[in-house]
Amino acid sequence: MVPFAGYEMPIQYTGEHGGIVAEHEWTRQSASLFDVSHMGQLSVAGASEESAEAAAQGATALEDLLPGLITSLKTGRMRYSMLLDENGGILDDLMVTNAGPRINLVVNGATKWDDIAHLREYLPDEITLHHYDDFALLALQGPKAGEVLEHLIPGTGALTFMTADLFKWGEGHIWVSRCGYTGEDGFEITVHREAVTGLADALIADDRVRPAGLGARDSLRLEAGLPLYGHDITTETDPVSAELTFALSKKRREAGGYMGHGPVMEVFNGGAKQRRVGLTLEGRMPAREGAEVFAGDTKVGTVTSGGFSPTLGYPIAMAYVDAAHAEEGTALEIAVRKKRLTAKVSPMPFVPHRYYRGS
Amino acid sequence: MPRYFTDEHEWIDVEDDTATVGITDYAQEQLGDIVFVELPAVGTALDKGGDAAVVESVKAASDVYAPISGEVTEGNAMLEDEPALVNSSPEEDGWFFRMSVADKAELEGLMDEAAYKEFVEGL
Repeated sequence: MVPFAGYEMPIQYTGEHGGIVAEHEWTRQSASLFDVSHMGQLSVAGASEESAEAAAQGATALEDLLPGLITSLKTGRMRYSMLLDENGGILDDLMVTNAGPRINLVVNGATKWDDIAHLREYLPDEITLHHYDDFALLALQGPKAGEVLEHLIPGTGALTFMTADLFKWGEGHIWVSRCGYTGEDGFEITVHREAVTGLADALIADDRVRPAGLGARDSLRLEAGLPLYGHDITTETDPVSAELTFALSKKRREAGGYMGHGPVMEVFNGGAKQRRVGLTLEGRMPAREGAEVFAGDTKVGTVTSGGFSPTLGYPIAMAYVDAAHAEEGTALEIAVRKKRLTAKVSPMPFVPHRYYRGS
Repeated sequence: MPRYFTDEHEWIDVEDDTATVGITDYAQEQLGDIVFVELPAVGTALDKGGDAAVVESVKAASDVYAPISGEVTEGNAMLEDEPALVNSSPEEDGWFFRMSVADKAELEGLMDEAAYKEFVEGL
């Protein structure tokens, strides 16, 4: 157990199925249950008594702080976005869902208090910001997650990637989103803290499901090419350099009207000085966060996360490198201790995503 | 053949003027799945307590220190292809390197098996 974002969380589980690699592999072949209750679960809504109107008011207000199109999100649809500061730096990345009467946000655990302060400071007073601190969040991830959850909670299997809905569970309800942070099909489930143990036990009772910790969560998301806030994206990085331009909707790039728009568009139009790239390494020695990247004798970048890929059997990394060296296939070197490791700029995801987009 | 232990969780077997060094079962369990071991080159002069090797697990890189001073005479070539030997057989097949014993007196400050066991139980 380690302290993480104010919570005590397991790096890995013990027992015959425990360990980062075993948990990682089980997630890729069956299904794993992650307790991600440290994440911040928030909602934003306007004052209207008519529920769709309240959500629309919340969406409009949020668009002042996010570069994505939120007002066009239909009920039950979700989108990846970012909170930006005035310089276009990334304050956090988050999931935004039109939940019907409100807009739901799931933000990072380590940044949730800053996010709440930021949102409360800049959202108009008539917009309600709620923190669901009495709700847990479980992530069920893996190719068998769909059949497992459908068996336990009929109807959930009909959700497709990046959609969400409310379901009955026991005496109450749970909010189920088909999304995740592993590159696999799966769900994130919002459940009241008094019901979470029962739900977790019911999921683990299924032989196809085993628990997994923070270690596997990190190695899985790295293989999936998904950035980790505080490491691969920070206030020192912008969405363009971070290769997250898919989250800058075209309409909003042109119309603007959100915090950080000007600086972000300067990078968008002028080109990023550095770009977040994937690196695959020769040999078995991993390069970790902070390792310097070289082209010949010239330092051209820095690794922001890296490790050994259990799926691929060799080390992979994310790094920011000068734009001139960011093209796929570029040969680079990474300095690790006294050695120079041979690396190549490689497309991400390193391991293909396997999201469920409908049968 | 006497086996000694350090408080950094290395073990060292001494036979005449040669010693074999590895990490303990407790250490491998703490490190988790080991994916790479960086061994010192043959001929490297090691100082007691100084950096000798690096173990890379999925989660992090960890230093392994020289239990005594001496010169590296051999690295365990099996670890190159199968670093997981350190997990499965840390105190036998998963040894790290062999070295000369520069000064036998340096062994005196190390723990024997019973003392190490007690040390680990106290952690």
